[in-house]
Amino acid sequence: MAQGTKEGALNDGPDEQRIAAVAADPRYARLVARRARLGWLLSAVIFFAFVGYLLLVAFDKALLGMPIGQGVTSIGIPLGLGLILLAIALTGAYVAHANRHHDAQMAALLTDHGFQDRAA
Amino acid sequence: MTAWLAALAAVSIALLPLPALAAALEGEAQRQPVNWVAILMFVAFVGLTLWITKAAAARTRTASDFYTAGGGISGFQNGLAMAGDYMSAASFLGISAQIFNDGYDGLIYSTGFLVGWPILLFLMAERLRNLGRFTFADVASYRFAQPPVRSFAAVSTLLVVSFYLIAQMVGAGQLIKLLFGLPYAVAVVIVGALMMLYVLFGGMRATTWVQIIKAVLLLGGASFMALMVLAHMGFSLEALFARAVEVKTQAALADGATTAEAAERGRSIMAPGNFIKDPVSAISFGLALMLGTAGLPHILMRFFTVPDAKEARKSVLWATGWIGYFYILTFIIGFGAIVLVGTESSYLDGQGALRGGGNMAAIHLAHAIGGNAFLGFISAVAFATILAVVAGLTLSAASAVSHDLYATVFKHGQASSADELRVSRLTTLALGALAVLLGLLFEKQNVAFMVSLAFALAASGNFPVLILSLLWNGCTTRGAAWGGTIGLLTAFVLTLLSPAVWTTTFNLGPAPFPYSSAAIFSVPAGFLSIWLISLLDRSPRAAVDKAGYPAQRVRAETGIGAFAASDH
Repeated sequence: MAQGTKEGALNDGPDEQRIAAVAADPRYARLVARRARLGWLLSAVIFFAFVGYLLLVAFDKALLGMPIGQGVTSIGIPLGLGLILLAIALTGAYVAHANRHHDAQMAALLTDHGFQDRAA
Repeated sequence: MTAWLAALAAVSIALLPLPALAAALEGEAQRQPVNWVAILMFVAFVGLTLWITKAAAARTRTASDFYTAGGGISGFQNGLAMAGDYMSAASFLGISAQIFNDGYDGLIYSTGFLVGWPILLFLMAERLRNLGRFTFADVASYRFAQPPVRSFAAVSTLLVVSFYLIAQMVGAGQLIKLLFGLPYAVAVVIVGALMMLYVLFGGMRATTWVQIIKAVLLLGGASFMALMVLAHMGFSLEALFARAVEVKTQAALADGATTAEAAERGRSIMAPGNFIKDPVSAISFGLALMLGTAGLPHILMRFFTVPDAKEARKSVLWATGWIGYFYILTFIIGFGAIVLVGTESSYLDGQGALRGGGNMAAIHLAHAIGGNAFLGFISAVAFATILAVVAGLTLSAASAVSHDLYATVFKHGQASSADELRVSRLTTLALGALAVLLGLLFEKQNVAFMVSLAFALAASGNFPVLILSLLWNGCTTRGAAWGGTIGLLTAFVLTLLSPAVWTTTFNLGPAPFPYSSAAIFSVPAGFLSIWLISLLDRSPRAAVDKAGYPAQRVRAETGIGAFAASDH
């Protein structure tokens, strides 16, 4: 059932030609490449931030336990909470960027190739 | 059916305060007196959700209604439901208890559980929505021969869900014994019965609304707790931490430590402790949490309840925001418990440990802050949380059996929507019974390793298959099915050989695999075997698989031809 619908969507002659035209459009290649670059870049940021944090936990517990200034609050607390906030902030930045730029460009591209009904 | 629902609700309510059953466990130090406020709150929650289930049942006709709530959930609603799926009672009670005991270590857990979400968004969310329909196997098997990849995905889903489910059921039983003063077996049966009702009759629509309500209650309750803790401390985190260090120092002094030792022990809660011992375990644990999130079948399934990729994206943003906020609250609640619970002898037993067991820190704090009524509220929310998570898990396992195994593998895509629905309901019944049985069987087991195993399996099997099938044109049917299986098996075997299972659970002496998490070996094992097997694959099918990539890619990127929001 699922397979039937899927092939139907891709193999209807005219549809397939229009899809190929989309894929051949230089704007499509540019948009997809830019989007992938942003995705990998942000993934790398959060991945290495977390791995770096874990390595600090493994190798230098004392540093994370060092108090900030005169108080008892340790360096590890803003770092850990900061990592949580970083995850939320990066997610928000990606969604804002995608909503503002990617969606509009993709919609324009699809409309040009006759997919306006699905571009919205 | 309405009568049936009402009867079952009546039975579960009638069971609750049954003194004869409660008496069977008299003498166990851990049991609390029957908690009427909590029970009332819980009954109110269950009544509300059953009413929603009834409404949802009336609108559940097609397979799409059952699996994806008709695809009409908004990004905001779905984000809340995802957060609801993810914020289990284990993370609320477990993390706040860990902070109560060791301070800082709890924060490491929280960050690990959160960092998988951005990665899920950046690499997978939109493509998942564009390619998938009901289960993540739709995406993983998109351009491949259906039977092998679907079978792998279904087996993997059942494995991951089973371990997660056992942990939740055992947790539920123990919690209810503590919170409501009910016997373990009764608690497990109630959870099993209610979970079956939500899934059987309401499907994804009811399950989603149960998740949303639960998420709102949990976030509201936790916000109130954190706010009250901060109010006690003049809204100063520094004052909260300082007071907590002082409490721990005093406790160490009372324990007979020297002044220097006591000061040392007091300060230790502000730094990482023994939670992570060596770099290998640290990275391994991090990988399992980070990549496992993007491989959990019940989370991935939520991407198909929204109409398009844009709403899928918004879902993740809302989910990440709510979960992150929740973990920050949990951190404050844990430290608040040190200050307000750790100093109050009525919450402690003779030895200075928490009454009712180690996981009760947040529950006692609720009492310290808002008296019996708020204690009842938080207890009921904790129970509701388990119920909701268990329903979500069951639905994803039932979908794997009915949609991936039955409809696609056995019936070659020729099953009718009605047949598929019938099979998923039968599976739900079987799973409900199995969950109750496993819950009873594993009562005494350590559940923490089952959760970590579920994450390791998801990170080593599902995640590599999804990523490589989405992003690498050279991936083949054979590579995905066998490589994924190798990743899954590696994680499973290494976990069996790890200290938590080999030594602690089975008492077999020193563990052959010395690390607590398998992910650092099993995730690369999954990726490498998919890559290598695909590379060596010279079968005719491999050519078809590779030729299918460009079309898949265009559709994943653009959403052209994505399954519509609704079936009708």
